[in-house]
Amino acid sequence: MRHQARIAVGPVQFRIGSDWPEPIAALERLYADYPRDDARPADATVRLFAARPWRRWVRPSVHIGGDFIVPDALPLPLSMGLLAAEMGMNLQVALGWRRHLLLHASAVARDGRALIMSGESGSGKSTLAALLGEQADGGDWRLMGDEFTLIDPVGGDAFAFPRAVSLKNQAIAEVAARVDAARLGPLLAATPKGDIRHLVPRADAIAAMHEPARPALLLFPRFGGETSVERMGEGEAFVRLTEASTNYVALGEAGFAALTRFVRETPAFGISYSDSAAGLALVGQLWAEAAR
Amino acid sequence: MADRTYRAAPADALRIEPLGELTAIFDRRSMQTHLVVAPMPQILDAMGADACNVADLAARLAAAFDLDAAEDARSILAERLAELATMGLVARA
Repeated sequence: MRHQARIAVGPVQFRIGSDWPEPIAALERLYADYPRDDARPADATVRLFAARPWRRWVRPSVHIGGDFIVPDALPLPLSMGLLAAEMGMNLQVALGWRRHLLLHASAVARDGRALIMSGESGSGKSTLAALLGEQADGGDWRLMGDEFTLIDPVGGDAFAFPRAVSLKNQAIAEVAARVDAARLGPLLAATPKGDIRHLVPRADAIAAMHEPARPALLLFPRFGGETSVERMGEGEAFVRLTEASTNYVALGEAGFAALTRFVRETPAFGISYSDSAAGLALVGQLWAEAAR
Repeated sequence: MADRTYRAAPADALRIEPLGELTAIFDRRSMQTHLVVAPMPQILDAMGADACNVADLAARLAAAFDLDAAEDARSILAERLAELATMGLVARA
């Protein structure tokens, strides 16, 4: 394609092609500090293209393609090209990755052990992970990812997928207040997913993105309502994670074995919290117990 | 209703993993995961490799469990066997 970039996030080497320079330039800025190896073959290909040649100029709208496509996905205006690129990258990983069991979950690690948080969009899993990754005091959390966590089907370790964090709506101001503005991407206002602004993970999190962490705690956060903690049984955690995995079925018995082991070895809780401070306090308390 | 005879899936076709109150069963033939609760794993275990009808099964399970009035237990076992057949975990023998 006319404009191209190669980006490595965790174990995935992306090749991204675009009919326009803007989305590639935005990606290059966001991923400037990630290690690069342009000679490495791509694991996933993302294409951002115009449906008709003249639509490169006339009301340019970005279609998302690649190895896998969602047939009825609506195109996005060029001003949201960065979101289109992010959606394309997620889609290729979600549908194409086979080397790990893929969980739709955020994760942070500390002392070689991982806290994994799974939940629907709006559960706060991304915000909690981003805030933990920025904690100055009592911190030392390494952000592993805000969207996907990869589980090694053989050894059971968690691997990071630290793409730029996709901050949404209220989370933007909350995180922006704590980080250097240079680590924030442009504000993408009023996208189909609300306002979005990307956060580049801390340099140490990017540098450590290939280091595995042993799953130590699994949380299913729910934003809103009274603070509560509920222990979750292995069976329920298993069912929820089969739903949260995009490649469980494709992995067959390897996925089954990885997931049964994961829920047996990792204590799981459902948590509700009314604001980020309450959520962080709960996480700290549960981690202290799990890490004993 | 006639007492149908069933045979459980061969042991090497299934991977059975208890997960607390649930039991996850992976069927290597269909690549499907089934989540079941008691008495499904116990029924499969009791059937072993043999062709069994409800009467056989009731007798085998009675040895291990405290089954209620025979008729009641039999109708429940017949229903569970039909459900296992729908999942493909047992088949008419």
